[in-house]
Amino acid sequence: MNKTIITVVGKDTKGIIARVCTYLAENEVNILDISQTIVGGYFNMMMIVDMSQLAVHYEQAQNDLEELGRTMGVQVKCQREEIFEKMHRI
Amino acid sequence: MININEVLETNKMVEQQNLDVRTITMGINLLGCADKDLVMCCQKIYSKITTLARDLVKTGEDISREYGVPIVNKRVSITPISLVGASCCKTPEDYVKIAQTLDRAAKEVGVNFLGGYSAIVSKGMTQSDELLIRSIPQAMATTDFICSSVNVGSTKTGINMDAVRLMGEIIKQTAEATKDKDSLGCGKLVVLCNAPDDNPFMAGAFHGVSEADAIINVGVSGPGVVNSVLQTIKGESFEVLCETIKKTAFKITRVGQLVAQEASRRLGIPFGIIDLSLAPTPAIGDSVADILCQCGLERAGAPGTTAALALLNDQVKKGGVMASSYVGGLSGAFIPVSEDQGMIDAVECGALTLEKLEAMTCVCSVGLDMIAIPGDTPATTISGIIADEAAIGMVNQKTTAVRIIPVVGKTVGDTVEFGGLLGYAPVMPVNKYSCADFINRNGRIPAPIHSFKN
Repeated sequence: MNKTIITVVGKDTKGIIARVCTYLAENEVNILDISQTIVGGYFNMMMIVDMSQLAVHYEQAQNDLEELGRTMGVQVKCQREEIFEKMHRI
Repeated sequence: MININEVLETNKMVEQQNLDVRTITMGINLLGCADKDLVMCCQKIYSKITTLARDLVKTGEDISREYGVPIVNKRVSITPISLVGASCCKTPEDYVKIAQTLDRAAKEVGVNFLGGYSAIVSKGMTQSDELLIRSIPQAMATTDFICSSVNVGSTKTGINMDAVRLMGEIIKQTAEATKDKDSLGCGKLVVLCNAPDDNPFMAGAFHGVSEADAIINVGVSGPGVVNSVLQTIKGESFEVLCETIKKTAFKITRVGQLVAQEASRRLGIPFGIIDLSLAPTPAIGDSVADILCQCGLERAGAPGTTAALALLNDQVKKGGVMASSYVGGLSGAFIPVSEDQGMIDAVECGALTLEKLEAMTCVCSVGLDMIAIPGDTPATTISGIIADEAAIGMVNQKTTAVRIIPVVGKTVGDTVEFGGLLGYAPVMPVNKYSCADFINRNGRIPAPIHSFKN
């Protein structure tokens, strides 16, 4: 399993989750968990995904998702899970 | 499983509080490059550095992108050059040729500093050590990325006062040789006592002889994160204050540990240590002085500063040690003046003096760092400042250092601009009374009584 955390932060608008999920499905990425919250009026979404079957290079997926976010006016980040795991778990 | 609040907290640290990994430093042993012929020696040095560190910068950038955490600097530290050049360097100019070779190697691999143009002379100077030291002004003036350090004392050996006297003169000459850049050469030159072999931070980084052939050391940072967290606990007890700093230091250090292990794995070079340091930058909020203010001081330098810094330093270590298996280097809070906006402000408003900074170095991780002083300060006075710092280090069994810049043509009230990470600094006044007769004595100060532990 190659777990990655995708975060989407920005102004809420229709179809954010749908478009991110479509990209992930097209590139063989399996979604393990999704949660979302509103902080300070901003839409915050986090997905835990498995990228072990990823059809493109990791860096490519990061850039594509970032670009996809830009077209919707939100910030999309894609980071390997270990950084969160290490910081918040002993 | 990780929850959304934890993810948001981590990303907030990076995006709003300047969390970063300050440096991945590759230590490289150059002892095998020694040769009777200077040209051959330079060739071997160039080849070894450019081979081992070839992928260092790219690997750092890859890790940074994949994990979403900035890795600000990629650097190289090397065996103290006075050991490597001993058999081929007959003049200071020979050493300068090695410095220029190192500079070319640094540029080739893309690192922004290379440290280890160094000599360890804590008890005595060999002829080679002295040649290297005398070459420092010219080496600093003719290279861009080379950092130089000289270790003049230790708890075990005492203080080599001949070296202290010489370094006062060398700092003055380096200032003169780089006067067209506000004496910037002195910003890349540090005089140490009890220098560690595995320090990843410049200007004092070198790859000690106790180290393996190559090693990855990582320096973490994050004063901005500690500063932000402390804003949420105003007026709470010391227990809450300490606990909060400790927990934050743990989180920061875990990021460094992850980056270090990943860099080590990808480069195929063993992991050495994590240096748990709060290293400030000139960015607003990324300041150790601001943390001291959050602890309850009006300005860094006010009474209570030394106690607040001692507390901070200790909690950073306690939190950090839990987060990493191997801790080393300097580990603690750095208090450079020019690289910390809060310190600069404190100096400019008169709250912070050189003497108070000296007191602070008794409890922080290094010493008098990036301090601009008038260009007409006598060499013996600079040696006196070095001797004082070395004495603090020697007696307290800690690393101390002096990175001081006697800026040619400038005096108290002027400001010096170094640029980039080195920041800017107001020129600080120095005590006018002479210590020349003390400094001009020959020999060394013996090791303190508590060094005899056998």
